Amino acid sequence: MTLTARLTGLASVLAFAATGALAAPRTDLTLGQQLEPPHLDPTSAAAGAIDAVVYSNIFEGLTRFASDGSVVPGLARSWEISDDGLTYTFKLAEGVKYHDGTDFEATDVKFSLDRARAEDSANAQKALFAGIDNVEVVDPLTVKVTLKNPNGGFLFNMAWGDAVIVAPESIENIKTNPIGTGAFKFEDWVQGDHIDVVKNPDYWGTPAKLEKVTFKFISDPTAAFAAMMAEDVQAFGAFPAPENLPQFDADPRFKVLVGSTEGETILAMNNKLPPFDNVKVREAVAHAINRQEIIDGAQFGYGTPIGTHFAPHNPDYVDLTGLSEYDPEKSKALLAEAGVTTPIQVKMTLPPPSYARRGGEIIAAQLRAVGIEPQIENVEWAQWLEATFRGKDYGLTIISHTEPMDIGIYARPDYYFQYDNPDFQKLMSDLDLESDPAKRSEILKTAQETIAKDYVNAYLFQLPLLTVANAKLEGLWENAPTQAADMTGVYWTE
Amino acid sequence: MSDPRVSHIPPQAAPVRLWHLAFRSRNLVIGGALTLIFVAAALISFVWTPFDITQLDIANKIKSPSARNPLGTDHFGRDILSMIMVGARTSIAVAVVAVGIGMLFGVPLGLWAAARKGSLLDEVIMRANDLIFAFPALLIAIMITAALGPSAINAIAAIGIFNIPVFARITRSGALSLWQREFVMAARVSGKNAARISVEHILPNVTNLLIVQGTIQFSLGILAEAGLSYVGLGAQPPIPSWGRMLADSQTMISFAPHMALFPGLAILLTVLGLNLMGDGLRDLFDPKLRRSRQ
Repeated sequence: MTLTARLTGLASVLAFAATGALAAPRTDLTLGQQLEPPHLDPTSAAAGAIDAVVYSNIFEGLTRFASDGSVVPGLARSWEISDDGLTYTFKLAEGVKYHDGTDFEATDVKFSLDRARAEDSANAQKALFAGIDNVEVVDPLTVKVTLKNPNGGFLFNMAWGDAVIVAPESIENIKTNPIGTGAFKFEDWVQGDHIDVVKNPDYWGTPAKLEKVTFKFISDPTAAFAAMMAEDVQAFGAFPAPENLPQFDADPRFKVLVGSTEGETILAMNNKLPPFDNVKVREAVAHAINRQEIIDGAQFGYGTPIGTHFAPHNPDYVDLTGLSEYDPEKSKALLAEAGVTTPIQVKMTLPPPSYARRGGEIIAAQLRAVGIEPQIENVEWAQWLEATFRGKDYGLTIISHTEPMDIGIYARPDYYFQYDNPDFQKLMSDLDLESDPAKRSEILKTAQETIAKDYVNAYLFQLPLLTVANAKLEGLWENAPTQAADMTGVYWTE
Repeated sequence: MSDPRVSHIPPQAAPVRLWHLAFRSRNLVIGGALTLIFVAAALISFVWTPFDITQLDIANKIKSPSARNPLGTDHFGRDILSMIMVGARTSIAVAVVAVGIGMLFGVPLGLWAAARKGSLLDEVIMRANDLIFAFPALLIAIMITAALGPSAINAIAAIGIFNIPVFARITRSGALSLWQREFVMAARVSGKNAARISVEHILPNVTNLLIVQGTIQFSLGILAEAGLSYVGLGAQPPIPSWGRMLADSQTMISFAPHMALFPGLAILLTVLGLNLMGDGLRDLFDPKLRRSRQ
């Protein structure tokens, strides 16, 4: 052992002694997120940023998602399903109190579900509740839900952030002062900056290990990088700049978690806009696209290629990327076969995320090579929602659909890509009625193939969940089965 | 025209003497050279660039400067030197047209206002100018491009509109003093109407002012275009633009500083060059200043 090595060894022993003298690990956390929620009521808005703060931390549902996407018991500790698949009897957890001290009871479940499925409900996912026929309070700890038709996905539906249980006593101010049953209590919201939540000492389940969590909103990727490097935030969920990850990876202070999300990133095509109403033209677009180049160029290598609108980590996923292999010659041939005059001029709107902006430039170059000339228009989210999503004034656009199991959107002819196929719509209504897992799986596979063979959209890649965190932080969700930053299991190792 | 009082005032130096002076002015030579480099780069880019910038080369992305790519490559593997050359085209085109719009509308308005000094028309024109001046230019440009959709054309229009009052004012103030001169009186006595006097006698004598101001506005136009492109409201991809190159490289500064450095330098040097040239031209055209420096 050289002298230097011995000295370093001595220094580290001393350093260890010094830190060892300090008692327990730290119990506070500042978590960076890109988007600030518009308000804090997950039951009346589609904004994923709301769930990213409140899901499982403040509000809980009958069931909930675990990090791997499985559905586990939430406020309902157990349930019985009748043989006809129509009646679900939920046994609720005992001794649960809301943050304001009121008791959680079966009446709250009835209130929440009835409110969500009411005629004038503002719930963004009303379809989740559409199959409910009746909610009945059996006793304070038992609720019976009757469905109109058997629905194999009902427990899954109840795990969504939109299906959390709220209390009639606190519903009025839920948007600014959310009162739930979760392991954290809402404390403070400084708009434009951060939201504080503190540990709920009276939590009914496993208590949170952190005393306080601050959700800090940093929209600019450069500022996010700086905040992480300066350790102003100790973790950043859904880090917006994949190009910076190698730097974090190389730094022993940090760790990088690469997980999966439910985000199918697609090049959406307006199926009613000529010439994209011709399946041959859409197929030509699909073959013109080199997915690996997009993943490397726009995502710096982070992303899994997909060939249909389905998450690859789902057991029912079928790998259909072979249907749309990169083959520019075939694209040109298909365009000629379709009888369209090239170059085709088409408007391509790109929302702000870097996968769309950068991916759009790469796709535009790839499409130009086969005779399609996209006119790129970079737009803000509000414009994108207004003109592209609602107004359908676009030819091509790039977007990641982050809702779990959202293949059902293809059964909506008025949805922004305007795909209208009665066969597919029948598949989806069959799926809703089917509760046999094997048959459901079969239907889902057929559905994936139908849209891939109709080349409704060009399917690019599954959006990864890139989390950067302090190396000493454990228990963060690696995957995002729903948009959430579940802090209940997070702790510091020292 | 032997009487010096009826010749154009201020007297023009002989062309040879002007050239001689021009080469002695350090500002003008440096500024002119910088400007010339970028204009030349823009012109050359029409016929030749080291690489084709419409071809992405993802495999070669974010390479530091090397013999193959003197200024490195960007995040799509495009050659930054080629991007800057073609980007110069965008910057110059936007600035030239914007200055053109400003002059086309501003100069006649200024001449008209000066010819009718004190009238209601003068008031209306000048107060309308004040109104435009009262708005922060870049904010209005953002509003216009946000309302009409982002594109190079809208950026040009937005920047151009703000050049109108600048030229109207400078033309009016220059013209007002000229209207008091004897040679203008002589022209009036000879029966020329206000419009003809404005065009034949006033306009040639404010040209120097306009050229100097035009140079300054040109550099401001380049800055404004870069600013609009930076926030995504200028020229849309795939048309390269210095401002968007900066925006694209922002998150990569920590590991690929060359991606931001070179477009930034291009903007800096062009604007510096134009400003130096503007300064030099003002010195050159203003005999009093020139004399005081000799």
